[in-house]
Formats: sequence, C-alpha cells, structure tokens
Amino acid sequence: MERVPIVKIGQTLFVSIQVELQDESVLRLQEDVADELAATGAHGVIIDITAVEIVDSFIGRMLTMIGSISRLFDAETVIVGMRPAVAITLTELGLSLKGVRTALNADKGLEILNGRS
Amino acid sequence: MEADGTQVRMADYLRDHHDKVLGRWSELVVIGLRGRTSLEEVQHELGELYSLIVRVLSAADDHAAVELRAALDEMSRSRALNGLTPSETALAVFSLKEAVYELVADAAEMVPEFLAFSRTVDDLGLRTVEAYTAAREQIISDQATTMLELSTPVVRLWDGIIAVPLVGTLDSARTQLVMERLLEALVATGAGHAVIDITGVPTVDTEVAQHLLKTVSAARLLGAECTVSGIRPQVAQTIVSLGIEFGDIATKATMADALALALEHAGLKVVPALWSGYRS
Repeated sequence: MERVPIVKIGQTLFVSIQVELQDESVLRLQEDVADELAATGAHGVIIDITAVEIVDSFIGRMLTMIGSISRLFDAETVIVGMRPAVAITLTELGLSLKGVRTALNADKGLEILNGRS
Repeated sequence: MEADGTQVRMADYLRDHHDKVLGRWSELVVIGLRGRTSLEEVQHELGELYSLIVRVLSAADDHAAVELRAALDEMSRSRALNGLTPSETALAVFSLKEAVYELVADAAEMVPEFLAFSRTVDDLGLRTVEAYTAAREQIISDQATTMLELSTPVVRLWDGIIAVPLVGTLDSARTQLVMERLLEALVATGAGHAVIDITGVPTVDTEVAQHLLKTVSAARLLGAECTVSGIRPQVAQTIVSLGIEFGDIATKATMADALALALEHAGLKVVPALWSGYRS
C-alpha cells in the first residue's frame, strides 16, 4: 500500500497526492492527517490534487471527511490544483465539497490560510 | 451486378449509339439545370458516367460497379455543395432513361432490355439522392460545429477576472463546451473570478438554469467565484415563475455591475483620476 506523505511547513500541513488512490491508502491518509494535526497543532491543511485525473464519489467523500476532521482540530482545509475535468465529474456526481475551501493553486491556497490567521 | 443477356444486349446497344444517347442525355440535363452549366461541362461529366454504366452492364470487370458508385457519390456531393436541389441531382441520372427511351421507342424488340435497364437507372438515381442527403447532413453538422466554436469565447476583463459572454440558445452540448472552456481558462489564467453574461440567451428554462448552476459549482471546486450577469426583465420573470433558485450565486443586471463586484472581491477599487488628459 502506498502512503501519501504529509509535509509540515510553518503552521500548515501540505499533502500532495501523486499516486493513484486506493481505498486503503485513502483511509490511511485520513488517519495520518488526524495524527499529524494532533501532534503539530497546525492551523491549515493544503491538499494538492494537481496530479489526480480520475475521481469517484469515494474520493470526493474522502476530501470532505478530511475537511471535517481538520475542523475538529481548528484547522481549515484548502483543496488546490483541481483539474477542470475532475471538477466537472464532481459536479455531475452532485458533490460540492461542503466544508472545504478550494483554490486554483498552492499559492492562492496559502493566501486563504494566511488571510484567516 | 449479375450480368444476364438483356443487360449485355443493352450495353451493346448503348455502345453502338454512344454519341446519340450521350448527346441527348446531356441536352436534357442542361435543360433541367436551366442553363447553370454549359453543355461541354455536362457532356464531360456524363461521358464518364456513361462509359462506367456501359462497363457495369456488360459486366466486363468487377471494379466498374464500385467506380460508378464513387462517381455518382462525387457528383451528388459537388451538387449538394453548389446548392442544387435533390431533384435536380437525381434528374441527371433519370434523364438517361428518357434519352434511351426516345431512341428505342420505335424498336419493339428492345422492350425487355429497356425495362431491365430502367430498373438499373432507378437504383442509380436513388443512390444519388442518398449521397446528396449524406453530403447535406455533413455540411450541416460542420456548420453546427463551427458555430459552436465561434459562439463560446472567453475574454479577460481584468487581472484575475474573466468573462464568458453567451449568445444564442443554450443546450446541453453547448453548456458542456462553455463549462470546459471556462474551467480551462480559469486554470490557465489563474483567474479567481468569472462573469457569465447571458444577455444574448433568449430564454432561460429550468434546464439552462441547471446547466448554469453546474458550471458555477464546478468553478467553485476549482476555487473561483462566478457571477451571472445580463439577466433581462423577461428572463427574470421566467426564472421567478419557474421557481428556479440560484442559491448563493450572485446575479447582476449588467456585466458592468458584475465587474464592479468582482473588482470588489479582488480588493480593487476604481477611483476617478485627479487629472485626465481625456477630459476637456
């Protein structure tokens, strides 16, 4: 099973999804983010999905779940770098990712998080 | 094509009377086209068809039938492109029957040959109509594609603000294209705001509204905010009477209002210049 690395930069956790996500690694990522948030007390999570080309409802739900988990640690989640095709798919699936913010790129995502703190 | 005695005899007959039949055939076609093409042109075009038909009837080789079909298709296609009607196209083939009939009318012994020949010509005529229709449909679908591409520009209004002026009726195919273009432009330019202007959209029904909502929520997933502008009074009335909810999507009467809102969101402010050279 491939693990997605979580990098802490300042007060932000940076998660870049570079591998094709399997159900197991998604669950593992949720746990890892929760562990990391508890350990570091970070205030923001940036999830970069530039490399993700295929999404299904499960991955959409995973993103919302990470958002909800982060909120419990008083951290905001920003999803960055979504591809147009992915956005269209999620909309067609009726998922609007409630509870997470979105930004065009990592730069803008950081701006959102910094503007908040 | 299965060759039998009547067909071979007809082929011989056509070969013997080549100049007479071809000349009369060309005349008839030129009359039918009401002088839009010269006799020489028609004669040249029909001369090829004529020799192919003779080859098919005499069953000399297998390629003749294929070549004849290709020649007929090509002729129908060029006539469709030049704006001729289907009957004018089919007439080109059917006139051959008339030309031959005028010759064989006196020869009673040629009747069975002529009947079989007549059936063959009917098939060829139908073939031209079919090819004509196919060519027309191709033209129409090409035009539709061109119009679709022409009608969905994405323009940059300001740094980080883009606009999509929509003109014409919105259907599923078009909204899909608009959505893709808009999202791609957002990613390419890094714009955080998009204005969708529907001034040129004649009617907004539940389906169109649904498409707009989808586009806006897809843009939101990318991290961009959308404003819908250009809602005309009648459109506003329709939207309200249909009970369409735009939710928390900002709607504005004009694109200027939408631009002002986008500038405000981007933290920009337009102020009058202290001195402007344009002012007298």
